[in-house]
Amino acid sequence: MEAILIQILNGLDKGAAYALIALGLTLAFGTLGIVNFAHGVLFMLGAFCAVSVNKILTISHKIKDESVTLFDAYKEIPYLEIWWGDTGTMIIDYSVPISIIFTIPTMILIGIAMERGLIRFFYKRTHAEQILVTFGLAIVVQEVIKHFFGANPIPMSAPEIVSGSAPVGALFGLSDSMVYPWWRLIYSLFSVIVIGGVFAFLQYTTYGMVVRAGMADRDTVGLLGINIQRRFTIVFALAAVVAGLAGAMYTPIVGPDYHMGMELLVLSFVVVVVGGMGSLPGAVAAGFLLGILESFASMNEVKQIIPGIDQIIIYLVAVVILLVRPRGLMGRKGVMED
Amino acid sequence: MSDKKKHELSRRTILKTGVAAGLVFATPTILTRNAWASEFTNDPGSSKSVVLGFNVPQTGAYSEEGADELRAYKLAVEHLNGGGDGGLMNTMKPMSLKGNGILGKKVEYVTGDTQTKSPAARASAKRMIEKDGALMITGGSSSGVAIAVQGLCNEAKVMFMAGLTHSNDTTGKDKKRYGFRHFFNAYMSGQALAPILEKEFGNSRRAYHLTADYSWGWTQEESIKNATEKLGWSTVAPVRTPLTQTDFSSYITQAINSDADVLVLNHYGKNMNDSLKAAVSFDLRNKIAKTGKQWEVVVPLFSRKMAQGSGDDIKGILGSTNWNWSLPDAATKAFVKSFADKYGFPPSMAAHTCYVQTLLYADACERAGTFNPAGVIPALEGHKFDNMGNGPTEYRAEDHQCFKDVLVVRGNPNPSTQFDLLKVEQVVPRSQVEYEASMFGGELGPI
Repeated sequence: MEAILIQILNGLDKGAAYALIALGLTLAFGTLGIVNFAHGVLFMLGAFCAVSVNKILTISHKIKDESVTLFDAYKEIPYLEIWWGDTGTMIIDYSVPISIIFTIPTMILIGIAMERGLIRFFYKRTHAEQILVTFGLAIVVQEVIKHFFGANPIPMSAPEIVSGSAPVGALFGLSDSMVYPWWRLIYSLFSVIVIGGVFAFLQYTTYGMVVRAGMADRDTVGLLGINIQRRFTIVFALAAVVAGLAGAMYTPIVGPDYHMGMELLVLSFVVVVVGGMGSLPGAVAAGFLLGILESFASMNEVKQIIPGIDQIIIYLVAVVILLVRPRGLMGRKGVMED
Repeated sequence: MSDKKKHELSRRTILKTGVAAGLVFATPTILTRNAWASEFTNDPGSSKSVVLGFNVPQTGAYSEEGADELRAYKLAVEHLNGGGDGGLMNTMKPMSLKGNGILGKKVEYVTGDTQTKSPAARASAKRMIEKDGALMITGGSSSGVAIAVQGLCNEAKVMFMAGLTHSNDTTGKDKKRYGFRHFFNAYMSGQALAPILEKEFGNSRRAYHLTADYSWGWTQEESIKNATEKLGWSTVAPVRTPLTQTDFSSYITQAINSDADVLVLNHYGKNMNDSLKAAVSFDLRNKIAKTGKQWEVVVPLFSRKMAQGSGDDIKGILGSTNWNWSLPDAATKAFVKSFADKYGFPPSMAAHTCYVQTLLYADACERAGTFNPAGVIPALEGHKFDNMGNGPTEYRAEDHQCFKDVLVVRGNPNPSTQFDLLKVEQVVPRSQVEYEASMFGGELGPI
């Protein structure tokens, strides 16, 4: 029972990342019809927003270490700690949550720049061309990040207060020794809030209603005199924000590096296809479902029966679902069926 | 007139005879020289320079390590050509290098990008051999890549001086006559770590291995497993993890739920950063295992660059390494000073091994008096040297593996600077990590 609960929790935080990236991908596809292979890069850029905030907050006064004579080595004390003591230390400790404030406007700007600067020129091109150009963009952005931040992962920490583990075993009446990292629980909760926020925005605001109408029938909405293109640009920026926030909050889970977006991108595309192209609830449901399945597949007991299943489970499920239900779990009729 | 003619004819005859005799006497030499030249790939002949091929990861996950290797290679070339402060050429013993290139020929280099992928590494090595005329290929940050390139070089009969490769296979079952490794291997890590593991954690521990699923991971798992089981430890589960894995939470939770009490991470680079991060986030290092003992983590292969990627997570964790900039010997100091003067920071262990390999190759050519591998290989086989940062070292003839002291290190609990991340706990003597050359099988093959 404990092992099952732990794998469900593992699957939830993994699935949360898949769901957030897949949600953004689906938003871009549903509104603009773009198959955006640079979406993983937005996740990575979000993570590097958190890294940048941390670097800014830890700008340090350097004191030369005189014991090292062969080269210049410095002990670094952040100015925030020098100026504000414990308050400064606390601000640095909270750099990841603080980075959200910086990530949102940055990702909006990046999203708008990406859509206006490149992607809009490829709306009427084939999906193959869209994939090529966005994939190329992703590689360029990755190399730029690598140039400035290096190729090694950058260690990032959750705030001290949530860096330990929650006694989930005791909560469910199981073993007291069963724990789960607080930050991973927070990440799952955060993703649910973000997903809920996006759905609420689309469902309960006039702006969202117009966007949904545009997703269903772009031409008719245009004929009503609404500048649907501008709204779609904003939706693309919203997709960038969702991916960016997913990336920023992910940094205490896996140390960010320039390649982290690509690692999740392919899986997220599978998630989108399984969920149903253009279906937002489908993307979210498939993200969590596949995350949990992947976690169970990585159990030793399962791998002893089917070796390597953890590496193929997602693709296997995708094949089965596409064979049985070609539109995906919640796909709309006519979308990507040609 | 006729006398004069006779005299002239006589002189001409002498000249002709002389030229003919010269040709006759020179013929064997000319033939020998041509024959010698045609015997080995990329003979520089009368060229005033020679080309070395530096095949390192310039893109991909290990590109930072590759960049450091490349810095070391460039420094070695500078020193070989008589530039800079000479670095380890001031300390190396014995040494035949003169600071005028190799055998009087200026050293030039070309570079390739392995991308830490065997096909890409082989392609770039092939290009450097066939198009750039590289006499020797060196580099790499992965055993899979090293073994692949070593095989290619052996087929092309070009010297391969391996960079960072830790798998037993490189100089074990996959060893080749044209390949030489200065770096230590997984077996040595196991032998070096075992006594300190026993001392710190006792002899009745239960180990849970998470292992990168490729050549290096397998041999390290086997080596650590064998070494710790000899102590009396048992191995609960060796679990293979894909190289592409980033979130290790599923693996760590299963380890915690097992009846093990030591987690052995047979991971390198980002894999290690990610798996250790997951272990720390699940509070494993503060937990009491089901056996009633404190959970411990061991990372058998350490590098400073890996430690940087792990931040505080690495503090206090035991591992082994080939070399560290903080060693107190004169050779290490000379190399660190030389490297830091040029680049502003200390070299990594990968940089050190690459630099040393370049000098060792050049020195072997000088001692052999030729670039022909048929002469260079015997010059390296069984060669003993010292003052290169690792103490007395020998290139064992039977498997082309360097034997030297091994460092046991610990993640520094109180680093004073960003470079002070590893604390040398012990310098384990060569005798403790030595083994029979036949132990890992393989054949060197002919020259």
